Amino acid sequence: MLGLNRKDTILMLIVIALTLGAPVLLNPFPADSAMAQFNAGYPDLMQRFVIFGILAIGFNILFGLTGYLSFGHAAFLGVGSYAAVWMFKLLSMNVVPALVLSVVVAGLFSVLIGYVSLRRSGIYFSILTLAFAQMSYNMAYSVLTPITNGETGLQVYSNDPQYLLGNGPQVTHLFGLEMRAKAVVEMGGWTFDFSVGYYLAAIMMLAAFYLSLRIFRSPFGMMLRAVKSNQNRLNYTGINSRPYTLAAFVISGMYAGLAGGLLASMDPLAGAERMQWTASGEIVLMTILGGAGTLIGPVVGAVFIKYFENIFSKINEHVLHGWFGWLPDGVEDVVTWILARFVGEGWHLTLGLLFMLVVIFLPGGLVEGGQKLARLLRRSRPDGTTPSNTPAE
Amino acid sequence: MDAIILQILNGLDKGSAYALIALGLTLIFGTLGVVNFAHGALFMIGAFCAVALQRLFGLSKTTIDESQVDFLGNPLKVQTPYLESWFGHDFGQALIDWSVPLAILLAIPVMLAVGYVMERGLIKHFYKRPHADQILVTFGLAIVLQEIVKYYFGANPIPTPSPAAFRGSLDFGVLVGFDANVIIYPYWRLVYFLFSGVIIAAVFAFLQFTTFGMVVRAGMADRETVGLLGIDIDRRFTLMFGIAAAVAGLAGVMYTPILSPTYSMGMDFLVLSFVVVVVGGMGSLPGAVMSGFLLGILQSFASMNEVKSLLPGIDQIIIYLVAIIILLTRPRGLMGRKGVMEE
Repeated sequence: MLGLNRKDTILMLIVIALTLGAPVLLNPFPADSAMAQFNAGYPDLMQRFVIFGILAIGFNILFGLTGYLSFGHAAFLGVGSYAAVWMFKLLSMNVVPALVLSVVVAGLFSVLIGYVSLRRSGIYFSILTLAFAQMSYNMAYSVLTPITNGETGLQVYSNDPQYLLGNGPQVTHLFGLEMRAKAVVEMGGWTFDFSVGYYLAAIMMLAAFYLSLRIFRSPFGMMLRAVKSNQNRLNYTGINSRPYTLAAFVISGMYAGLAGGLLASMDPLAGAERMQWTASGEIVLMTILGGAGTLIGPVVGAVFIKYFENIFSKINEHVLHGWFGWLPDGVEDVVTWILARFVGEGWHLTLGLLFMLVVIFLPGGLVEGGQKLARLLRRSRPDGTTPSNTPAE
Repeated sequence: MDAIILQILNGLDKGSAYALIALGLTLIFGTLGVVNFAHGALFMIGAFCAVALQRLFGLSKTTIDESQVDFLGNPLKVQTPYLESWFGHDFGQALIDWSVPLAILLAIPVMLAVGYVMERGLIKHFYKRPHADQILVTFGLAIVLQEIVKYYFGANPIPTPSPAAFRGSLDFGVLVGFDANVIIYPYWRLVYFLFSGVIIAAVFAFLQFTTFGMVVRAGMADRETVGLLGIDIDRRFTLMFGIAAAVAGLAGVMYTPILSPTYSMGMDFLVLSFVVVVVGGMGSLPGAVMSGFLLGILQSFASMNEVKSLLPGIDQIIIYLVAIIILLTRPRGLMGRKGVMEE
């Protein structure tokens, strides 16, 4: 179907089902139960899942396939956001021109940076991209203030021209369908929010995922993999690998621009902190944590990080005391004290430790972990079927 | 002319910090071949050694002084640092005043230990892994170290003053024949510059004039052959990692009066230090030191008002701009060796 083989079609269908069903699947607990704080099915968080999913899928096309580790990817996210907000300011609050422009601008920007950075490889490439991103970040705060509105951040004001606004709505919309509009369905104790913004972002993510699937399976993707395994040998066979790496860089830059545009569409605001190198670091974290070079890994990583960032920071010592109340007093205090260091404010500590553990023990990320676990379970089955040795994909 | 001298002086202290961190990074890279993204965190830990010592010296016991009363008529509570009650008022106060320089004595063993544990516990397992993995794992480690420090010391900058004797400024202009108050340079920055000069000289002397240093240099040139000669090069390299950590830590200790330490200071310096290393040339120690000072001075020139009015915003981006130009025109950096990181 659609140029995919059977296995990929099944994967694609599973991803479609999970994404479209997310508002229900992520709300497994009744709204007024004690476990409701673990629900992730509200629009704001789900939007972040899919938007950062797009970002990580794009990053994976560059890093997972070619092995070029960019430490400046957040620059494209920021540029995309600025472009989208400018469209809101100049034309109208319709998201279509905003998304188009953010992809185009991020694409042009990445042609520029990629053309220069890709002359070097390895650590030099990482440092060059880092330098470009930091430069953009610093310039957004200083020289480019007329465009970026400096520290205040770019936002839409009522005296902006908005030439096409007419009588259209004052909030971001898709041809009249407001992004923040949602249908709330109540079923027994459960509440499900179906939001327009989420579904727009989700459809974008599915398109992005489909495209990345096609790239992974195409001769072009094969060429990128060849760059990763041995670029010198590729060059010696008479193939100029730079157009391929540049194409991968630009594609992943456009993905980041789309993610930036979507972020601005959900909340018409853009600030320079989106371009800071810690933001670039977060993209790297997501991709590696989920599994670089695998298809679904980056999305898993993005959802994982955004979910636990949200949930962990809500848990505090008080909540922990509630959970471990059944333990003897002394033990309870010790357990809650230790756990409290890793939740709430300490979420970054957990993330750092987890990330280190994944890099050390599971270079293939959570996806590889899942595959290993599955293989282990299969082997322990008594019927003695031989485990398949297909490479991680 | 006076403005130029002033900018050179202003660039020196920042340049000293860049040079010290870049020196440590290059030492680690040259010996172990590891790209250490946690080096900024080591700088930060050094700075917090100074904070810890300041807190330790400031520990006070509360006594009730019956001879004085507060405005409600209750006896006044007086805080006396333990140091004062042990060593007498004058010496105790002097110790507290000098807590930042004294923190050097604390920082050296602490940083050597941190470096040793880091190398043996983590980095050792990453020699054979790709550079990307090394970057990633040390990046994770940097986050962890940063968060631990944040937990103990909070997220706000902690003021750590220099000793009172160095709080004034030197009227440098008078010494070289300009009018008074034209070129003013704080004493502490001068101290920092001299201190970093001593450290850099000590590291170079250690590598150049001791047998140990000779072996390490031989190991940097050809690790395998040195190993075949029956020398346990790994142990020496581990110690070099400790020394590199100590250099970064000392740079941090002495920098605290210039910049109040926060948990995130390491990351800010790390990015710039990497740029410094790349400009100097991966694996070249003199290159790292030279480009550290060069970029520090360039940055302070770019922040002159005359330059800024000509090229607005140049002070923010000059270092990155220089790095990009150098990388594209002289890929090995100013003094880089052939064949380093060129796979």
